[in-house]
Order: sequence, then structure tokens, then C-alpha cells
Amino acid sequence: MTPSEIRADLVAGTEIGARRAKAPPLTEAELDHLLDIFASESKFSAVDMGDEIVLSFDGTGNLDSGARVDELYSYQSHRGADMLELFSIDYSYKAIKTILSYEAQAMKVAQLNTIAPLQYGAMPDLGRYSMPDGPIPNWSELMPLGRIAEARDAQVAAIDHAVDDMVFVADGMWEAGADGMDFDTAGAAGDGDFLATLTAIEKIKGRHPDCGIELGMAAEYVLGMHGELTYKGRRLAGMWPKDQVVVAQEAGATIFGPAVNVNTTKSVAWNVARACTIIKPCMEVAEIPVHPNVGMGVGGVPMSPYPPADAVSRVSRALVDILKCDGL
Amino acid sequence: MGDPLGMACTHALASGMGGMRTAGDLVGRMQMTRGMRLKQAKTYVAEKLGVGVADLADPIAMHDVRRDLGLGRIPVQELTYSTHAGAMEAKFHIAEVLGVPINSVTRFQECAGLRARA
Repeated sequence: MTPSEIRADLVAGTEIGARRAKAPPLTEAELDHLLDIFASESKFSAVDMGDEIVLSFDGTGNLDSGARVDELYSYQSHRGADMLELFSIDYSYKAIKTILSYEAQAMKVAQLNTIAPLQYGAMPDLGRYSMPDGPIPNWSELMPLGRIAEARDAQVAAIDHAVDDMVFVADGMWEAGADGMDFDTAGAAGDGDFLATLTAIEKIKGRHPDCGIELGMAAEYVLGMHGELTYKGRRLAGMWPKDQVVVAQEAGATIFGPAVNVNTTKSVAWNVARACTIIKPCMEVAEIPVHPNVGMGVGGVPMSPYPPADAVSRVSRALVDILKCDGL
Repeated sequence: MGDPLGMACTHALASGMGGMRTAGDLVGRMQMTRGMRLKQAKTYVAEKLGVGVADLADPIAMHDVRRDLGLGRIPVQELTYSTHAGAMEAKFHIAEVLGVPINSVTRFQECAGLRARA
């Protein structure tokens, strides 16, 4: 791409982000800075010294090396992780509840062997509570039939189960020595999923005030699968990051992770400009650290198992430089 | 960050504080457990360690600070620290230096009989 083509993508990305999120577009100075980053021919790009941020590194206990605690140790010692996360490959609190004793023991062992703050993570995953996987009538089947009231009732019933499971797992992990809990991809099943997460966080913070809580979103926009659910008087459906962070901090979260999914038909520059535009208003109202998600296919990072370092480093730098975020 | 798989080192080099190579884990701990925003967390940790904020991401400076305060360091081949604080021992010092309770330290003290169970 030529510099003029990159600039055109940056402008297009911020314009569509601004239109969708009803946010101001990036300024000319911000677009100029992004152009400097993306038009550079260097293989790598990085923030200025002194501007380094905290990397929360969800999913550090992956199974590359065959043993999760070894993997945590590897991230701590060799990959510069500022925080660590233990998790199970079946990344859902509903699933973890059934193996909590095993997972809690893993947390205890991991805590004995690591120094960096170590949280436990999984997804709220409200959809798992619907039939055939769970006990609740499937709202995704009810809605196309026009049975809207039943679909809404089903989601409310599922929320109760999800909250119970998240609090149950958090209790076990806290007793095992966890520093915090991560609720990852919150809102993946819509506003009911998000409400379950907020409710669980509020309960957990009430029981364990020192427990860290990271709330990471599934997407930039909360889908209104129910449509009328509220948290402390605020309607959840249709929330963008600047409103999501407000309810997150009211619930008791200590870190908020906005997520903006990439459009794989567009350039990295286009996606970064769009992500920055959508997240920027969130930075202005946040009272807790904001760690935008920049994993595969999120925040501008390309959809690839091994995303090129030239692209990822530019995403990493761009989000820090433009958003002045607290972490990634 | 979201899933760092396949790109962990890239982010670490492009924007990260450096984890235990520096004071990234300490600043991260204040964010995770106290909800401190970045500037506040860096200032807090720097004051507790008695260093400048710029030193927090400097592995040379922090290597000595971590040694002096017993905050744990990364063994690298012949540079091992078998007689210094590591893992749980280091977290005892981190809790004391940062002035915040660390859950696993509290649990360890209870299980080891170092303090009465709550």
C-alpha cells in the first residue's frame, strides 16, 4: 500500500467507527501519527521509552508445553508477562464448576511457583445454559418462532444459573490463593450474558473485596438478545465501550477490557483507526485501568495463528499512543 | 490483552513493561488488585521501591532493586539465585514492600501455621 492509500484507510476506519459508535473521529494529528506508524518501512514499531504499559496476558496457561504451570512460568520468565492467567481449555465457568477441585489445586500449585499476579479466567458463556447443553429453553430457537416473552424469561432464568456458577468458581479460586478472576468475552451471548457477569462481579467483590476482577468484552457492542435488561438503571443492550466501562466499574471490576473485532476484508490500518475511535471515549470516563483486547482478530490484530510482528507491533504501539491506555 | 497466543513476545517488546525483568508485575499487581490506573500504579510502585518512575521499565535498574528488596528475579543459566527469595518467598516481600495483602501469601501463612486461621 502507498502512504496515500494507508491514509485513506485510516480516514475511512475512523469515520465508520465514529458513525457506528456515535463518537468523535480521530483528530488530524492522531491520523498523522497513525500514518507515521503504518507507512514506516521498519519491520517493528514500539512505544517511546517511558510509555510502556501493563500486559494482562489472558490465556497464558495455554498448553504449548504440555503443563500449565510450566507454561505460566515460561510467560513470566521469557515472554515479559506482567500478569498471568490460569485457565482450562474448556473455557467456560459452567464447565469449570464441575472440575473446580482440580482447577483449584492447580491454582494452589501455580501460586507456589510464580511471582507475577495470577488470575483464573473463563467465559461467562450464557448460551451453555440453554438446551440442549443446559436446562433452560433455548431462546435462540424461541425468538424465530415469535415467542419473545418466553425467550426473555429463558434468558433471565439462565442468568441465575450463570451467576451461581461464576461465584462458586470464584469462591474456590480465592480459597486456593488466586489474585483475581477474569471474565473473558463477557456479553458474547448478548445483554443477558453481560448482566450475569456484572451481577457475579458484584457478588464476588462483596465476598472477597481484595479479589482482582478483569472484565473483558466479547465485542464492541452489547447485543440486545433480551433487549430490556438493565444494570443499576442502565439499559445494557446497545452499550458501547464508554458505557460498558461505567457499569463494569460500578459492579466492582478492577480492569476493563474493551474488544473491537476486526473486519478481515480491511487493512490493519483501517481496523486500528476504527478500534481507536470506538475505544477512545471509554478512556475519558474510566476510573479503572483499561486494557483493550489485542489478541487474534481483535483491536486490529490480523486473523492469523502467528500474526506478523510488523502488524502486531504497529497495533500495540498505535493503541497505546492514541488511547493512552493503561494496558493491553 | 486477550489471547496472546502467537504474538506474546511481539506485544511484550512493542509496548510492555517487561514483567519480572523489570517492575511490570508489581505495577500489574496494583492494577489487578487495586484498580489503579497506569500513572497512579507506576507512581505508587516507584515510591514504594524508592526509585524513579522511569526506572520501573529498566531491567538493569530493577535487577538490583529486586535483589535488594527480595522481590524475585529470573534465573538465567549460571545466574541463579538459589539463596535469594523466589516464588512464594518473594511474594512475602512484595506484600510488605507494596503494602498490600497478597492472597496466596495469606493462605500460605495460614496453612503453614504462621498465623491464626481467619
